[in-house]
Amino acid sequence: MQFLQHAQAMVALPEMVLAGLAMALLMFGVFRRDDANDAVTIGALVALAAAAVLVMTGSDGKGFGEAFINDSFARVMKLFTLFGSAVAVVLSVHFLKREKSARFEYPVLVLLATTGMMMMISANSLIALYMGLELQSLALYVVAAFNRDSARSSEAGLKYFVLGALSSGMLLYGASLIYGFTGTVSFTGIAQAIATNGAGIGVIFGIVFVIAGLAFKVSAVPFHMWTPDVYEGAPTPITAFFASAPKLAAMALFTRVMMQPFAAATAEWQQVLVFISIASMALGAFAAIGQTNIKRLLAYSSIGHMGYVLLGLAAGTLEGVRGVAIYMMIYLITTLGSFACVIAMRRQGRQVEEIADLAGLARTDRGLAFVLAMLMFSLAGIPPLAGFFAKLFIFLAAVKTGLFILAIIGVVTSVVGAYYYLRIVKLMYFDEPAEAFDPMDGEVKLVAYAAGAFTLLFVLIANPLLNLALTAAQAFAAP
Amino acid sequence: MSWPILSVVTFLPLVGVLFILSVRGDDAVALRNIRWMALWTTLVTFLLSLLIWVNFDNSNAGFQFLETHDWLGGYAGYKMGVDGISMPFVILTTLLMPICILASWHITSRVREYMIAFLVLETLMVGVFTSLDLFLFYVFFEAGLIPMFLIIGVWGGPRRVYASFKFFLYTLLGSVLMLLAMIYMYWQHGSGDIVALLAKPGFSPEAQKWLWLAFFASFAVKLPMWPVHTWLPDAHVEAPTAGSVILAAILLKMGGYGFLRFSLPMFPDASLYFQNFVYALSIVAIVYTSLVALMQEDMKKLIAYSSVAHMGFVTMGIFAMTRQAIDGAIFQMISHGFVSAALFLCVGVVYDRMHTREIAAYGGLVNRMPLYAAVFMLFTMANVGLPGTSGFVGEFLSLLGTFKANSWVAFLATLGVILSACYALWLYRRVIFGKLEKASLAHIVDMTPRELATLGPLAVLTVFFGVYPGPILDIFGTTVANLLKSVETAAATAQHLAIASLQ
Repeated sequence: MQFLQHAQAMVALPEMVLAGLAMALLMFGVFRRDDANDAVTIGALVALAAAAVLVMTGSDGKGFGEAFINDSFARVMKLFTLFGSAVAVVLSVHFLKREKSARFEYPVLVLLATTGMMMMISANSLIALYMGLELQSLALYVVAAFNRDSARSSEAGLKYFVLGALSSGMLLYGASLIYGFTGTVSFTGIAQAIATNGAGIGVIFGIVFVIAGLAFKVSAVPFHMWTPDVYEGAPTPITAFFASAPKLAAMALFTRVMMQPFAAATAEWQQVLVFISIASMALGAFAAIGQTNIKRLLAYSSIGHMGYVLLGLAAGTLEGVRGVAIYMMIYLITTLGSFACVIAMRRQGRQVEEIADLAGLARTDRGLAFVLAMLMFSLAGIPPLAGFFAKLFIFLAAVKTGLFILAIIGVVTSVVGAYYYLRIVKLMYFDEPAEAFDPMDGEVKLVAYAAGAFTLLFVLIANPLLNLALTAAQAFAAP
Repeated sequence: MSWPILSVVTFLPLVGVLFILSVRGDDAVALRNIRWMALWTTLVTFLLSLLIWVNFDNSNAGFQFLETHDWLGGYAGYKMGVDGISMPFVILTTLLMPICILASWHITSRVREYMIAFLVLETLMVGVFTSLDLFLFYVFFEAGLIPMFLIIGVWGGPRRVYASFKFFLYTLLGSVLMLLAMIYMYWQHGSGDIVALLAKPGFSPEAQKWLWLAFFASFAVKLPMWPVHTWLPDAHVEAPTAGSVILAAILLKMGGYGFLRFSLPMFPDASLYFQNFVYALSIVAIVYTSLVALMQEDMKKLIAYSSVAHMGFVTMGIFAMTRQAIDGAIFQMISHGFVSAALFLCVGVVYDRMHTREIAAYGGLVNRMPLYAAVFMLFTMANVGLPGTSGFVGEFLSLLGTFKANSWVAFLATLGVILSACYALWLYRRVIFGKLEKASLAHIVDMTPRELATLGPLAVLTVFFGVYPGPILDIFGTTVANLLKSVETAAATAQHLAIASLQ
């Protein structure tokens, strides 16, 4: 206990509880074997809820010799990460059973990945950063290949692992350069070193490599190649998980790394972010046009969305961070809702994934079609849906910083992107109906409808969420 | 007014949506209930909106019925209000909606969704004219794309998919640039409050040019101006009758309203700078699209091109920046709201019977449909701008005002008046007059009472305001005078500054 007090470990209480519960559930599952699924799933949800409560009631501060930080930004982002993971677990319940790949390891792996994500969000040194990132990644590699009898799923897992290892290597290399040139791994120390000595060539090299590693995690161009394959290959609820919480956590980490240790080198990293932002927005918009598989389409869409988020981050201001926080919140919910709709695409007990399968959905299932249409319009950024406000705050930040050209490219690619979202709406509303889908599972329906209601009613509930994002961004205000 | 009348009028149609959603089943009774609910909702909204007119103070140049609430965490305000320029458009919108619902009485496929789309559209259109915050305005302005996209795409003609996509993407591309300009204005000014922006815009002449262009991109597409008008004929032709009515009568007016609300008062220097540019585009629109209209085989397409030509008068009048010209432009927009709506309804009448819009498929309708011929005649004349109809007042005033500013422009624009007589009368001759030779037309019947009910009010208004335009001109007279004062002050200051910098 003395050690824990000395290390001020209490700031990491939610993570410790989550890790402990994950371990306990693992043992429980091993001993109970086959009939443990439901119990472990419920246990995982309880664990996530418990962690959320602890996050909310926890206190700010640093622990473990300043390697771990808990501030308003970390807390807000952790809450949304936990929320995303919980929804992903909920979405998988019936799906995995039907696909006969339900194993108690899945909720446990999600818990471990979530622990990793929370550590990423709270990382305040390069070592902590890497530890969190690897804990999350290792769990995700396994999850990607979860349907081990499917060649596509195994391929997805392998691809993700190989490319992920490469990017981790780059990140480590960058971290070592930064350590070498600043003499410290602590974010606070690095920030001071860069502020006093300026960003030399070595540090800039380090920053670029770190950005490359992080860009892989958020699937920004040119480190996006894994995304469509993994999205398509993994079972859909797992894809939903991939697309939501880990992206949010990685973006939170990205934000912290850029805004805290590298704050003094903003001018240097801004150029890099501007480039990957433009490339992601453009690729996301144009490459998605030709897709016929809805999961691949959503993969390219997510690449594009990461471009917009990076546009906000590239501003390098508190407005930018606020924009990032809002965008990621809205993106998380819209994505989960979209994938819930994809999960609902099931005919005669078999999942279908072609976009053309949605034809005439507005006649066969009005509710689902309306929800998916709202989500698509939201992803396209059409007001008054939530996605518009996400983009609005990003552009507010970009224009304030004077990134006019970048903002113009952003809005123009959003028009290109609108085309393929509209195509889905067109299929559902304008075309002749195909065979109806099987009835939706209760939890999938709940998630889809809730997400639809959220995007539609965001205008009414905007104030509290925007204030939450403002609180999060305040963490980076100069003391 | 102690209660928020503008919010009530704006959002009342959404209450109707809730009622329609509560109707269960798809049988004939349910469908009838849905239609009546939609009609009653729009009628009540219209009657309520008349209260705005009754309580409106014509001598007040500022905004009235103001409402302010916090929204978007302080970044934007929920601010509503109307002045003389926006108030007539609110009434025009609420007036046309019941007519549209009535004109859609025979729609049988997906009635529920159809009525909901129109009611949502009404809320969004009224919102455009009542919102007084940049971002609130943008939300209403842009959100209207969704229901219109669905209306064209679901209930439209054979090329509906192409038309709906073109409509959506064209308008979206114009609007997003405006959004960036709004964001820039927000940061420059520290708030998105339109009232404050109007009172003291204060953008440097250089910034004004960029901002003006960004707003122009949006409004020119919406209005539409040549050469970005090409979405309009497609959208008009493919949309169902009521959709065409809304497009022509109200959605187009948002562009003209935008010029008056933003471009002219907020960027006066840039407006002067681009004056000749707008003149040129307007003249091309008036002359060229009139010629194009002459060549059309499709009735709706012809009217669509004539809309583009008439909107040319509007842009010309607005940027002539004289009192008569702007008065004329606003009046022209309102009159065009009656006339083009009525013309599309007239096409709808014969289309519902024959299921073709080809001019060649008709001829000699006067023999079987005398009442229809009379009504169609009235609106054709109004479209030409015959004295005694509201079309004359708008065109005459805008030409008069433009003549004061630039007589050559007025001269060229007058060519458009002649050409409009050519295409409109020729259309009328080919459809109505002549011998009834086509076998398919032998049993065509005259207008039903329901159709008369849709066209009757518009006919009365067209004639009434053609003879006595005073009530409408009075509404925006003070506001326009005030608007011009601010434009002139800004122009004078700019000139003063320019001279000072030379010395």
